[in-house]
Amino acid sequence: MAVKFSEQAQREFEEILKRYPERQAAILPTLHLAQREFGYISPEVVEYVSDLLGFTPARIYGVVTFYTMYNRNPVGKYHLQVCRNISCSLLGAKHIIEHLTEKLGIKPGETTPDGKFTLSLVECLGSCGTAPVMQINDDYYENLTVEKVDEILEKLE
Amino acid sequence: MELVLTKYFDDENYRHIDTYMKYGGYSALKKALSMSPDEIIEEVKKSNLRGRGGAGFPTGVKWSFVPKESEKPKYLVINADEGEPGTFKDRLIMERGPHLLIEGIVISAYAIGAHTSYIYIRGEFVKPARILEEAIGEAYEKGFLGKNILGSGFDLDVYVHRGAGAYICGEETALIESLEGKKGQPRLKPPFPAQVGVFGGPTIVNNVETIADIPYIIEHGGEKFASLGTEKNGGTRLFGVSGYVNKPGIYELPMGTNLKEIIFEHAGGMKDGRKLKAVIPGGSSTPVMTPDEIDVPADFDSLMKAGSMAGSGGIIVIPEGVCMVRVLEILENFYAHESCGQCTPCREGTEWLRKVVSRIEAGKGKEGDLELILEMCENMMGKTICPLADAAGMPAVSFVNKFRHEFEYHIREGKCLDAEIKI
Repeated sequence: MAVKFSEQAQREFEEILKRYPERQAAILPTLHLAQREFGYISPEVVEYVSDLLGFTPARIYGVVTFYTMYNRNPVGKYHLQVCRNISCSLLGAKHIIEHLTEKLGIKPGETTPDGKFTLSLVECLGSCGTAPVMQINDDYYENLTVEKVDEILEKLE
Repeated sequence: MELVLTKYFDDENYRHIDTYMKYGGYSALKKALSMSPDEIIEEVKKSNLRGRGGAGFPTGVKWSFVPKESEKPKYLVINADEGEPGTFKDRLIMERGPHLLIEGIVISAYAIGAHTSYIYIRGEFVKPARILEEAIGEAYEKGFLGKNILGSGFDLDVYVHRGAGAYICGEETALIESLEGKKGQPRLKPPFPAQVGVFGGPTIVNNVETIADIPYIIEHGGEKFASLGTEKNGGTRLFGVSGYVNKPGIYELPMGTNLKEIIFEHAGGMKDGRKLKAVIPGGSSTPVMTPDEIDVPADFDSLMKAGSMAGSGGIIVIPEGVCMVRVLEILENFYAHESCGQCTPCREGTEWLRKVVSRIEAGKGKEGDLELILEMCENMMGKTICPLADAAGMPAVSFVNKFRHEFEYHIREGKCLDAEIKI
């Protein structure tokens, strides 16, 4: 895969640059855009963003590795991120995690062999009043029960 | 009861500007633009509004630290990096009432003389970010943002900036570093952001809820807002109750509402008729309280006097049947994961705290481990650039001191004393 933004992404990139008086402030938003475009931040994507913005790959790589949301490896079509923090734990996050592990046949941090699901455990998602919670790609799924998790998974194609 | 923020949150269309204006929205902005910036700051001082992110610093006083004359542009940055475990109120404001925040931003930026504002929102909040972008677009269309706002000659641009997953970026100087495109590692103070903040310019960083309170203060006056709360703690507050209660959720209540009443009346009391064991009153970093300590007003000063903190207003309710060693393990896992690694006492201390608490939980605790925990905390707290080391230490110290028997039992017997509910 050649690493190059689509025309649409290129336009978005140019809009990003206009928001800040300094070019380096565009690093985080550009990486978000790159992840959307290329699926994950590979070493080639780091090089590409580095060229686009004019900072060294080391500088970009430092940012990529500091933040949890930049995936350095491919993730499944659906990235299941289950909160393991206190409010979710008090209302049964452990059971949700165990259920997902069993059902998908993978441990947290792994992807199913068909590339459909990646399971991750994450820290507080800021949705403690509707615990337990997981995020699948961009969306939050709240007030989870084992039954509800099954329903959600069935709907994901 | 007077509601400052959530009065119209049940109306699904309140997130749209026409409905917001139907309920009187943006009339405070018109009033503000007829006042001088100093008059606005005075009004905010009178309101006794204190930062809702957790520190509780008086907002009007913070604003007055911004130099009147500055060669560099000034900035207003909104902290929407809601990440303190137990806290989930800003998301509600952004999803249900984004224009409260935007109107507050315009008034506040005018007061401090900023022409650019960034809303730094945690990266996971994709939906709230979209709602905000849409609301900002509506505000531009109506002429409440952009050039020459309502003919006043005042210009303001607002941008949404997404974080990328780092709790530390809720600390204001880390947030500034992150906004500048760097790792979110806190800065040494001074200089304070009000002098040298983002892109070298004077910068005010305020929490979402703090800024969303501003339109009410301008519309009804600072004194009115102050009268809603307790002495030196003006207004209402969004209390978030989570954990083992019947009705978890956000409750807008006067500052200083009794903590016990919030849990047992507003949040419906304990789920499954279980007994209360412990309360963390203001987000995961605040010292834990026992059931006999919670009959206190939930405001910044009263909770401080009671040995804890009001923090972010996120109240975490823990029932009998949950092992306190395991609860502390969850919290220390979190802090070890989130330490930015800049200061040695925090980088090493949070990891060692995690290890020692985990080994006690795993049944491999050693005699002297509790003293070791307390000693480590002493060597961490107050000895780092930012308060993350304190945030990790406060739960550890309070858990060990107040639930010592559970920790001792765990070390002695190698298992939980009270763990009917597995977490």
